[in-house]
Amino acid sequence: MGKTVSFISRRFGQYDPWSLTDYEAHGGFQALRRALAMDGYDIAALLSANGIQGRGGAAYDMGRKWTQARDVIAPDKCVVCNADEGEPGTFKDRELLRNDPFQVLEGMIIAGWSVNANNGYLYLREEYAHLRPLIQNAIRQCQEAGYLGENILNSGLNYRIHLYSGAGAYVCGEGSALSESVEGKAGRPRMKPPYIKQCGVFHLPTCVNNVESLSLVPNVLLDDEGFYKKQGTPECPGTKMISVSGNVNRPSVFEIPFGTTIREIIELAGGVTQGQELQLVQLGGASGRVAAPAQLDTPYTYQDMKQAGLTAIGSGAVLVVDKRTSVIGFLRMTQEFFSHESCGQCTPCREGNRHITLLLDKIAAGTHTQKDVDTMLKFANIMCGASLCGLGESAQSALLSAAAHFPEVFAVKQEVAIR
Amino acid sequence: MKPFDPTPDTLTPEGMAVIDGIILSHGGDSTQLVGILLDIQAAGERKYISRSAAAYTARKLGLKLTQVYDVITFYAALYDKPRAKYPLEVCSSAPCRVNDSDSLLDTLQNILGIGLGEVTYDGRFTIERVPCFGACDVAPAVRVNGAVYGNLTSRERILDMLRQLD
Repeated sequence: MGKTVSFISRRFGQYDPWSLTDYEAHGGFQALRRALAMDGYDIAALLSANGIQGRGGAAYDMGRKWTQARDVIAPDKCVVCNADEGEPGTFKDRELLRNDPFQVLEGMIIAGWSVNANNGYLYLREEYAHLRPLIQNAIRQCQEAGYLGENILNSGLNYRIHLYSGAGAYVCGEGSALSESVEGKAGRPRMKPPYIKQCGVFHLPTCVNNVESLSLVPNVLLDDEGFYKKQGTPECPGTKMISVSGNVNRPSVFEIPFGTTIREIIELAGGVTQGQELQLVQLGGASGRVAAPAQLDTPYTYQDMKQAGLTAIGSGAVLVVDKRTSVIGFLRMTQEFFSHESCGQCTPCREGNRHITLLLDKIAAGTHTQKDVDTMLKFANIMCGASLCGLGESAQSALLSAAAHFPEVFAVKQEVAIR
Repeated sequence: MKPFDPTPDTLTPEGMAVIDGIILSHGGDSTQLVGILLDIQAAGERKYISRSAAAYTARKLGLKLTQVYDVITFYAALYDKPRAKYPLEVCSSAPCRVNDSDSLLDTLQNILGIGLGEVTYDGRFTIERVPCFGACDVAPAVRVNGAVYGNLTSRERILDMLRQLD
């Protein structure tokens, strides 16, 4: 059975998240003091040396991202903390913000120092509005203590954090849509290039990071013994926050070392619901691929998952589905989500989702022909290649992977006369 | 239960004062429009943004009314039509659905005697389906004015939740 570790979750429940002094008593802001004595490039290099990949879903080398952000020459830059945790089945950022809000802020301040930014924006999804007072309180206490504001700890860094709210749009988790939203507009993704790193929030160079990525930063800076690198596998060191949900006995958030198998993850969550048999596991949220029961022994690392055709650490969601839900029934649920969340700006995503919904309905009713299946998969592939943003590109991951693992559910059930 | 009194869509001086206070709490910053509109919506009896409130907000923030309506109509959590005092938002995403949130939806409709998107005669409840709100660990869940009620697996628990709202 797999084990959990406490690295970024080590202060969960250990201190009062409403109190800065309590956070300081538990080692808070030591990492910031250390960071302010370092060069921004060295901080980025430290992240790369630990092999940290962005935790939002794209898994971009975080040190490289910060180096590129630092490289941009501009009079002003911003840092964005993306707390628009919209992937269904993901709730790890909620736990990070609820249990350790100061850690996220400390990570944001270090990011500001490293990439040379003066403003940080914390974009919180509307669904987590109940965390707003807690975060606002944390920002205010940091301001009063001089961790935010002018000349922070005599380092010459001027940095402020602004709390912004989303309003139930999944697409706003995409960097350019998020930028539009922070500017007080509808969150429609922009054409790229220019990329966010050159022209993001208020048309300034912007460095966007996930809540979990930023929470890792203070811990890695203080990790003198190399605890983080000793976790996981040699190719994929470290720990990951995962959210396990669906038909399991104890759905919850766990911090695990990379390399834990999917089977062990399900066991951590108390196993599949009593008396039920596993149908499939979806990894990385609604935009993630599905794994068949035969793939349960795949270790949870970027490399092994890719090799198994899953490529879906993503946001760290693990959705366990038992046989009470059929594969097609499950795909229709996922499809309903994307039909609702597509912003309608680009044709492949808007029309693709619409028509795939109709074709899935047909397959569920058993009145489809082989041509319908082929058309559906063709549309899915076109969406992957031709959509404006990551939403359309990843919306059909579940369908395409299900077509590979469960070809039988798409089989034509009866001969339908073609007019 | 008292009968529902449809309020006319005009902004009272008190309504203006509430909006002024909300704008002030966001530092009078027009880029905070999304957050401001959410607060205005939450402050109202029927949890929506009336035309007069939208127009007043646009004027106070120096924005075009079209920008305000672009935002209201784009975001799923902002509403321009009256809802209810307690909008019951049922999660429609896979983690809740595989835990039988469809039965939860049916039971709610059955108890309240209304369909999806309809409002009870007293203006207190409406039932909506919304995408994942991150309460998958307590699926199936309902969210009411920001508060999450989870593990609603039986009729008794659903009734308990409705009683708590009163």
